[in-house]
Amino acid sequence: MSALTESPAVSRASKRARNAANPAPKGPKESPLARVGAMTVMLVFTLYFLIPIWWLFIAGTKSSGQFTSTNPLWFADFNLFANIGNLVAYRDGVFLKWMLNSALYAGAGALLATLFAGMAGYALAKYRFPGRELLFNIVLGGVLVPATALALPLFLIFSQVSLTNTFWAVFLPSLVSPFGVYLTRIFAAASVPDELIEAARLDGAGEVRTFFTVSVKLMFPALVTVFLFQFVAIWNNFFLPLIMLRDETLFPVTLGLYAWNSQVNQIPELRGYVLIGALLSIIPLIILFLLLQRFWRNGLGAGSVK
Amino acid sequence: MSAPALPAADARSAAPRSPAPKPRKIKVAHPRAIAVFIVPFAVLFTLFYLIPIGYAIYQSLLVVERDGTFGKATQVFGGLTQYIAVFQNGPFWESIGRVLAFGVVQVPVMLGLALLFALLLDSPLLRGKRFFRLAFFVPYAVPGVIAAIMWGFLYSPNLSPFTALTSNISFLSADLVLWAIANVVTWVYVGYNMLIIYSALLAIPTEIYEAARLDGAGQFRIAWSIKIPLIMPAIVLTGIFSIIGTLQLLAEPQVFRTFSSAVTSTFTPNLMVYSTSSIPNVSLAAAFSVVLALATFVLSFSFLKFTQRKEGK
Repeated sequence: MSALTESPAVSRASKRARNAANPAPKGPKESPLARVGAMTVMLVFTLYFLIPIWWLFIAGTKSSGQFTSTNPLWFADFNLFANIGNLVAYRDGVFLKWMLNSALYAGAGALLATLFAGMAGYALAKYRFPGRELLFNIVLGGVLVPATALALPLFLIFSQVSLTNTFWAVFLPSLVSPFGVYLTRIFAAASVPDELIEAARLDGAGEVRTFFTVSVKLMFPALVTVFLFQFVAIWNNFFLPLIMLRDETLFPVTLGLYAWNSQVNQIPELRGYVLIGALLSIIPLIILFLLLQRFWRNGLGAGSVK
Repeated sequence: MSAPALPAADARSAAPRSPAPKPRKIKVAHPRAIAVFIVPFAVLFTLFYLIPIGYAIYQSLLVVERDGTFGKATQVFGGLTQYIAVFQNGPFWESIGRVLAFGVVQVPVMLGLALLFALLLDSPLLRGKRFFRLAFFVPYAVPGVIAAIMWGFLYSPNLSPFTALTSNISFLSADLVLWAIANVVTWVYVGYNMLIIYSALLAIPTEIYEAARLDGAGQFRIAWSIKIPLIMPAIVLTGIFSIIGTLQLLAEPQVFRTFSSAVTSTFTPNLMVYSTSSIPNVSLAAAFSVVLALATFVLSFSFLKFTQRKEGK
C-alpha cells in the first residue's frame, strides 16, 4: 500500500517516467485480439457518450419545422445563430440573465468557498492546536451529509429571517465546501514542506502572508480541483434554488430551463428554446474543464488515493 | 445526484478507530494566524451545515395543532409523532425501496464500466487515450437537469432519433422509467468515476509490474491481481459517493415528471420531502429529511466498514 501514500509530486514524476517508457513496453506482447477488443469497447462507448450531445447540437441548428421532419442526427438548414438570436430575445433576454446568475453563483461562490476551505485545510495540516482532530472529523462527517438534506431546513431558517427568494439564499450556502477542507488538508500536508514555512518565518514574513505568497502556490493543483468541483456542484445545483427562489430573474440556468420544460405542453414554442438553451448552458463548463485540466487531474489524484 | 464532491475516503480518519492521544498541555504557536485561517470556514460551516441539521431535528419533533378544522394553527412539541408517521407512511418506504433497487443495479454497472475504462486507459492496448478520456468525461459537464431534459427527448417516441427503438420499447412507461433514469445517471457519472480510478492507477509506480511481467503475466492478470487491489481505496470512494447520490435522486425524476406520468410526486424519497414541504407539512418533511440523512450515513458507513473488512483479509 505504500505506493498509494506517496506525495502528489512523486506520483506525477512516476507518471512522466511511465509516459517516457510507453513506446517500448517490456514483457509479453499484447495479442492483436486484445487490442481490437479494447478499441471496440472504447469506440462503442464513445458513441454512447457523444451521440446525445451531437443530437443536441444538431437539434440546435434546426428550425422548429425541420426539427421533426429531417434526419435527427444530421444537419438541415443551418439555423443555429437565428435560434440563438431568438432565444436571447425571448422575454427580454431572461435566458442571458439566467446564464449570468449561474456564472455569478458558481464563479464567485466557488472562488470564496475555495479560499475558505484552503485556509482551513492548510491550518489543519500545518498547525497544532487543541480540537484539531475533532474539527477535522466533524468536517469529514459534513462531507457525508448530502446537500439536498440541508436544503429544506435552510429554507425554513431563511424564511424566518426573510432571506428566501433572494440572491443570498442560494449564494451563501454554496460558500461551504467540507470536501475542500479535506482535500486541501491532505494536499498541504504532502506538498508544503515545514522547512519552507520555517524559512519564511526566519525572513520575517507573518503566517498569513506566508500562506498567501508561498503556500498557495504549492497547493495550487488542489485549490483548482476544489474550485472546479465546487463550481460544478453549484452550477448543477437544483434543489436549493428550486425551493428558495420564486422570482424568475434570480434563477440559475438549470432552474430556468426546467421551468420552461415543464410548460412545453401549454407553450409549444418553448421546446426549441429549451433545446438551444440546454446546448448553450453546457458550453461554459466544458471550456472550464478543458482550460484547467492540467491542474485538476493532479489534484483529483491526490484526493482519491489517500 | 448531488455534489460531485469526493471523499470521506480517508477511512483512517473517518473511522473513530484511533482515539486521540491524551490531551497533553500543548502551547499553541501562532493562535492569531490559526484563527484567521479557521474562523471563516468554521462560521459558515456552523451556519449552513450544523444549524440546519439541528433545526431539521428540532422541526421534526413538532406537530401542528388547530382549534377546530379551520382554526388557528399552532406548532407544539409532539415528541416522536412525526417519526411514527414516517414509519407508517407506505409511499415513503416504497420510494426507499425504489431507490435501493435502483442503486443495487445502477451503482455496480456504473462503477464496473468506470473500472473497465480506467484499466483500459491504463493498459498499453489503446491508442488515442487522450481522446477517449475526454469524450467519456464530457457528459459530466452536463448538469443533471439538462441531461434529464435531453434524454427525455431522446426517449420520446416521436422526437427521438432512434424511433425504431423508442416506438417498440416505451422507456417512459411505469415498468421502465426507473431504468431510463438509471441510464441518465450512468451516462453523466461514468466518466467522472473513471477519472478518479484512473488517477489512482497513475499513482502506482510501474516498477511494481515488472516482476509480474518477467513472470509472463499478461495485462489481464496484472490488472486483476495487482492493479485492482492497489486502487481499492479509490473504488470504495466512488462507491460511497454513488450510494449518497442514489438516495438523493431528485433532479432527474423531477424532470421526468414532465415526460412521463409514471413518475409521481412520491417517486423518490427526496421528491417526497419536496412535495410534503410544499403541501405544506414542514414537520413531516423535516422528519423525512432526517430519516433519509441517517439512512445515507448508515449505508455509506457500513459500505466503508464492509469493504475494509474484505480488504483486511
